[in-house]
Amino acid sequence: MKSLELFEGNLPVEKITNTWYAKYKESNYGAIISFVGVVRNENEIDGLSFDIYEPILNSWFSAWEEKAKKLDAIVLMAHSRNDVLNHESSFIAAVCSPKRRVALELIDEFVEDFKAQAPIWKYDIINGSRVYAEDRSTAIKGFGILS
Amino acid sequence: MVDVEFLGPINKKSIKVNISNLSELSEILKNDEEVATWLETCAVAINDTLVSKKDIELFNGDKISLLPPVCGG
Repeated sequence: MKSLELFEGNLPVEKITNTWYAKYKESNYGAIISFVGVVRNENEIDGLSFDIYEPILNSWFSAWEEKAKKLDAIVLMAHSRNDVLNHESSFIAAVCSPKRRVALELIDEFVEDFKAQAPIWKYDIINGSRVYAEDRSTAIKGFGILS
Repeated sequence: MVDVEFLGPINKKSIKVNISNLSELSEILKNDEEVATWLETCAVAINDTLVSKKDIELFNGDKISLLPPVCGG
């Protein structure tokens, strides 16, 4: 499994996290932290749906790999394309590091930056239609130069 | 010619325009009803690299992408 992997529909959470654990447990990382995002049942949605622009997602992720490397850590990520129903997972992020404190801080920063900068668009699934989650979305740094 | 693509929820097919910088693109898109309201919040990439200023020279075959506000996870 690659460090950044995209899946059609909901994520096979156990398979992904078990694969990462098996792959990295003998690499002398003292801390392996994973964050699993689960779709909540709220606002009468049936689930969420996602569009992803891979070229810029890949460069965003590569920049994070470089940042983690300087701390002797690695970052891992899985995300869904298209529909993910309530109570399923659409996003997993993980950090492996020799040091607990580095891993705890990095997972926080990594997930927050992901929410604000990764080129992924979210839609609510309501009565079978996709409705752009405009009020929960964040403009990417440098926005508005064409206005 | 330069290709312009509209990502995510903008829901508009790519267009080809004859321009040499982003200021010219801005003028074209301000007059496009489907896109004008997105301009304030969109980020812009040239050949898949995000840019933060308009005065960048464009060349034949360049690809410009408009990226509206995001929300992964």
